[in-house]
Amino acid sequence: MADPIGKLVLGLITGFLFGFLLQKGQVTKYPVIVGQFLLRDFTVLKTMLTAVVVGGVGVYLLKAFGLASLHVKPAQLAAVAVGGLIFGVGMTVLGYCPGTGVAAAAEGKMDAIFGVLGMMVGALLFAEQFAYFGRTILSWADLGPVTVPQLTGVPVWLIWVALAIAVALVFRLVESYERRRGV
Amino acid sequence: MRYLRMKKWSPYVTGALIGVLSWFAFGSVDRPIGVSTAISKTAGMVESTVAGDHVSHNAYFTKFRPSVDWEWMLVVGLALGAFVSSRLSGDRRAEAVEGPWRARFGASTRVRHAVAFLGGVVLMFGARLAGGCTSGHGISGSLQLAVSGWLFFACVFASGLLTASLLFRKEKARG
Repeated sequence: MADPIGKLVLGLITGFLFGFLLQKGQVTKYPVIVGQFLLRDFTVLKTMLTAVVVGGVGVYLLKAFGLASLHVKPAQLAAVAVGGLIFGVGMTVLGYCPGTGVAAAAEGKMDAIFGVLGMMVGALLFAEQFAYFGRTILSWADLGPVTVPQLTGVPVWLIWVALAIAVALVFRLVESYERRRGV
Repeated sequence: MRYLRMKKWSPYVTGALIGVLSWFAFGSVDRPIGVSTAISKTAGMVESTVAGDHVSHNAYFTKFRPSVDWEWMLVVGLALGAFVSSRLSGDRRAEAVEGPWRARFGASTRVRHAVAFLGGVVLMFGARLAGGCTSGHGISGSLQLAVSGWLFFACVFASGLLTASLLFRKEKARG
């Protein structure tokens, strides 16, 4: 065990709530995830952008009061971009992402169970090549663990105001599109 | 209790609550929510039962030791939470082969399961190369305003839109 028991229990509670919310939000459903990429169902985008704005404002407030710190993953531009493009193919073909795939498997969906088994094989394939990728693509265009405000010099709270307005506009656009399509 | 038995909550409500859950993760253990690393570690645990030396000498598993940690328990909890939610609402009666796939490629479960397996391989390979998935990069990275998180978010959507339009082209034209 890499963590003390209290921390493991907190992980279990956090995960339980996360899985509960993903299932209630219906993003554990194959037609919902594929429907997003076919622009027929915007549940995934609505859920993610709302989580980012609400979560981000709160986490930056926690940070401002010294109650949390950021854990920013390195901006390995080449690896993140190529990895993201490959991930998008996999997510559309499988119809789940890792978290929603585990959740759908727990709901009893057989395709998700096969998907999760595939994920484990994919992880092992990558682990075999990790040293090679470390010398190559993972080290290309690596800006380190940098945030948008650090990179651009724009103040954090200005970014949040702009982002909140942009997300609200996106939601208005999406909803008028849904009304026109009669979704 | 009425709400717990509902099949679908508004995506704005679940999204906001996932955001609040992020505050809880940062505030309680000072860690962002993520899923895919724990799946890798699980794969490492399974592999080490048949090839222990191979795993313990592997560069990836030396850096990310296959062990039960906060994030691993999070994934266990995630499965339990999704199971409980679906049981409370009786939301378990989906077809084996659903929606766009069925309309485009037919109802064969064998084909769907084989393709789902391959999709999972590709998905996780991409997640490992990028260093995270929809949770770790897409939500937790983006909400920290990480450059990596937003880049990942944009690339996944661009690739997903393109893949879906190619994969379901015929079905889309019909319908």
